[in-house]
Amino acid sequence: MNASEEKGRAMKGGTTVERKSERELVVTRTISAPPRLVFEAWTKAELFKRWWVPKSLGLSLLSCELDVRVGGKYRLVFAHGDSEAAFFGTYLEVTPHSRLAWTNDEAGEPAQVTTVTFEAVPVPGVGEKTRLVVHDLYPSKEALEEGISSGATDAMPETLAQLDELLVSLAAPV
Amino acid sequence: MVQHARARLDASFSAISDATRRGILEQLGRGDASITDLAEKFHMTLTGMKKHVGVLEGAGLVATEKVGRVRTCKLGPRRLEQEAAWLEKYRRLWEARFDELDQVVMELKRKEQVDERK
Repeated sequence: MNASEEKGRAMKGGTTVERKSERELVVTRTISAPPRLVFEAWTKAELFKRWWVPKSLGLSLLSCELDVRVGGKYRLVFAHGDSEAAFFGTYLEVTPHSRLAWTNDEAGEPAQVTTVTFEAVPVPGVGEKTRLVVHDLYPSKEALEEGISSGATDAMPETLAQLDELLVSLAAPV
Repeated sequence: MVQHARARLDASFSAISDATRRGILEQLGRGDASITDLAEKFHMTLTGMKKHVGVLEGAGLVATEKVGRVRTCKLGPRRLEQEAAWLEKYRRLWEARFDELDQVVMELKRKEQVDERK
């Protein structure tokens, strides 16, 4: 692939999602910066909170605490209308610039585990890009599917709230 | 493509506008069930449940099959498409998130380059 094609793809986003198995969802994306900067954006609360909740969601992040070390906890509190939802868990792996893993404990035991890998992709003359792979492992097939229909998936309480709510909004006149 | 998808979503809109019917879909997502099972689970008469299943079946969200005296219900073809649509929605969420991550990281990159020049 030449540079302009690569750029075109990056501009279109190039985010892919794949259901790898009954219990796994994998999201990939390439970011135009070296892993050390991308890792920084995932591990410093003041940076993390600027992108984790995209503006298009209409959710606001009330607080964001990240204690990024093995055994450290994180806690995110969202507001949507009059309700609040907290998402929390524990970091299982912290390998600077290459790997992060944490549990999502709000849905109970056993927890869903998210693993993120940051892979350096050399770009001649420019430096490095980062290939991000976000791997969600659910405790069971049912938990993944319940995530699909009820929105327990990830830290997105309202957006993925219910498959049917999404469909209702998609079906609404624009 | 988008128009087509929207028309199909419109078609299933009334079927899923009812909380019980949404519950039935969720239940069937966990496994097939007979009308009798569903009626018991949702504390309804057989006649009431048949009516709900009929609406869902008409919208392609549920498929039923009668074996002997038992009518078994499972997710229909359109419901499976909806799940694919959910995956696409999930992808777009991550895309929006990563687009903003891109911005944050670009800023870090610029800052670093400015610092290097100092």
